[in-house]
Amino acid sequence: MSAVAASPAPDPPAAPRPRAVPHLLAGPATLLFAALVLTPLILTALLSLNEFEYATGRAHGFTLAHYAAVLGDPYYLEIFLRTFRVAALATGICVVIGVPEAYVLSRMRRPWRSVFLLVVLAPLLVSVVVRAFGWSMLLGPEGPVNDVLAVLGFGKKRMLYSEGTVVVALVHVMLPFMIIPVWTSLQKLDPAVEQAALSFGASRATAVLRVVAPQILPGILSGSLIVFGLSASAFAIPGLLGGRRLKMVATIVYDQYLSDLNWPLGAAVAVILLAANLIVMLTYHRVVEGHYRKRMG
Amino acid sequence: MSFLELRNVMKRYGSLDAVRDFTLSVKRGEFVSLLGPSGCGKTTTLQMIAGFVEVTAGTIQLDGRDITRAKPNSRGLGIVFQSYALFPHMTVADNVSFGLEMRRVPKAERAARVEEALALVHLDKYAGRYPRELSGGQRQRVALARAIVIRPPVLLLDEPLSNLDAKLREAMQFELRDIQRKVGTTTVMVTHDQAEAFSISDRVVVMEAGRITQIDQPYRIYEHPETEFISRFVGKTNLLPGTVTASADGGATVSLAGIPVPVHGDGLGGGEAVVLCIRPEKLRLTAPGQGRVPGQVSDRFFLGSQWLYHVDGPLGTLMAVSPNDGEPPLEPGAPVGVDWSPRVVRLLRGGLPASAPTLEELE
Repeated sequence: MSAVAASPAPDPPAAPRPRAVPHLLAGPATLLFAALVLTPLILTALLSLNEFEYATGRAHGFTLAHYAAVLGDPYYLEIFLRTFRVAALATGICVVIGVPEAYVLSRMRRPWRSVFLLVVLAPLLVSVVVRAFGWSMLLGPEGPVNDVLAVLGFGKKRMLYSEGTVVVALVHVMLPFMIIPVWTSLQKLDPAVEQAALSFGASRATAVLRVVAPQILPGILSGSLIVFGLSASAFAIPGLLGGRRLKMVATIVYDQYLSDLNWPLGAAVAVILLAANLIVMLTYHRVVEGHYRKRMG
Repeated sequence: MSFLELRNVMKRYGSLDAVRDFTLSVKRGEFVSLLGPSGCGKTTTLQMIAGFVEVTAGTIQLDGRDITRAKPNSRGLGIVFQSYALFPHMTVADNVSFGLEMRRVPKAERAARVEEALALVHLDKYAGRYPRELSGGQRQRVALARAIVIRPPVLLLDEPLSNLDAKLREAMQFELRDIQRKVGTTTVMVTHDQAEAFSISDRVVVMEAGRITQIDQPYRIYEHPETEFISRFVGKTNLLPGTVTASADGGATVSLAGIPVPVHGDGLGGGEAVVLCIRPEKLRLTAPGQGRVPGQVSDRFFLGSQWLYHVDGPLGTLMAVSPNDGEPPLEPGAPVGVDWSPRVVRLLRGGLPASAPTLEELE
């Protein structure tokens, strides 16, 4: 590389910029990304291809046996299906709750908007573990919810360690990640557009559905991608509220690494989760974004 | 017979009266403009008619029906927003069709009316485009088509032309008036541009600080401004403070800096402080030594069809406009005489308010 190309000298604007400059500027971020994200990923992928011996615990050689074991075993398939079912449910509920909540938030007046935005964000300030324990106290056999049910004559219900509980707790944790992007895209909306819909005789619900919602689709899209991705790989919530019986992919990986000490198998499960997650999210992104791009350009 | 009637309409924000004592009746088919500087309450008034801003006091009647508290979506008015507020995710045809859909107009009729409205604004070839694929002027016309296709009793235009460049704005003014004449819809337009208000309105409502100051035909507002504010806001003007020295039946003599000037006007008392108001195009520049006052050209500006001169003299600096008749213009420094006919002098009672800007500030 020549000295001229390397120095971002204040050239006259007409002169073509040395081609190396953008790459150099992107260098530090690339290095960081390679060191902190790519390297562990590659190591995990390599580990998943190693042979494993129970007696010595040593991992070496090359095999695809772990992938075959995971993909051919209905036990794992069920866990994968459950994980994606739970993540999809949590995402769906987050859309149903979060989008109207963001809309209401954006329509609030000045002091209240900041107050309620803070309320929405407040859960992020508390550790997920603490919140998971909170839910387990609330829904536990001696918890207040069961007390109320008992008083009302329904009898005690076993709520912990069920898919429903995991979904509820995930929604609680993930809601801000849905609200923030939707709120941001609502901020960019011209308020006159909604007024226009009203002035042409639309009811408020119609105005929101036909005019506002299509325009905040990108916000809903990015919100659901974040929520889905985080939910599908969530560990603390399923671990604490799903218990030993209700396994999800992230807890299985943990078990393989720390209980069975079968690192290659755990790595294989992790790689499959990553791949499956990517496929689901990219497909979703393509469908929604394509739909939006066709109209909004 | 008034069609849209606002009676003593008021809007208060906290302790601030954005609009006060707004009383206006608009006849069926009339084109009325609300004209005023920004912050004068004209947009608030329009929003109250539209129903987007709650009325604090007073009533609004449309064709005999009280709509003061009616919801915006039950008023059935056609509105063109300043930002156009087109639905960006719908095609031009869908945008125009939206209001008809909400009114549950049958599909076949809807298509016909959309086509008709788009033809009216010369956009029939663009029905399948999205708003982002249109130019500013075309978007403006989509907004107009969308508003008139529902055949509203009243069309509300909020600064409809302010986002267009000068050339297009002028063309659209005439087109807007033309379309309004064709469909005959009663129209209320808000604008801060007096040329726009004058060229297309039947009547103009001049507003200042939340109040109506004058309602009249454009020509009368220009020629007979009732206040010093209007005479300054509407077009250019020379404001000359003076004192009545002698009065007779139908006329008087006013002393301007010691120079006696005859004016028309009844009931003027001697010693009364008045302001004379003379439009620059009504001053004639004559040969030196002639005319009412002497002067010297201090500056000149070429306006294309006219020359604008600043003339220094005993009355201060006067603005005078002469048509560009092809003759060479006067040079700065040239001595001239300034003349005018007593008929063109407008007289405002009471002296200039203390806050009246000087000539320098007005430019």
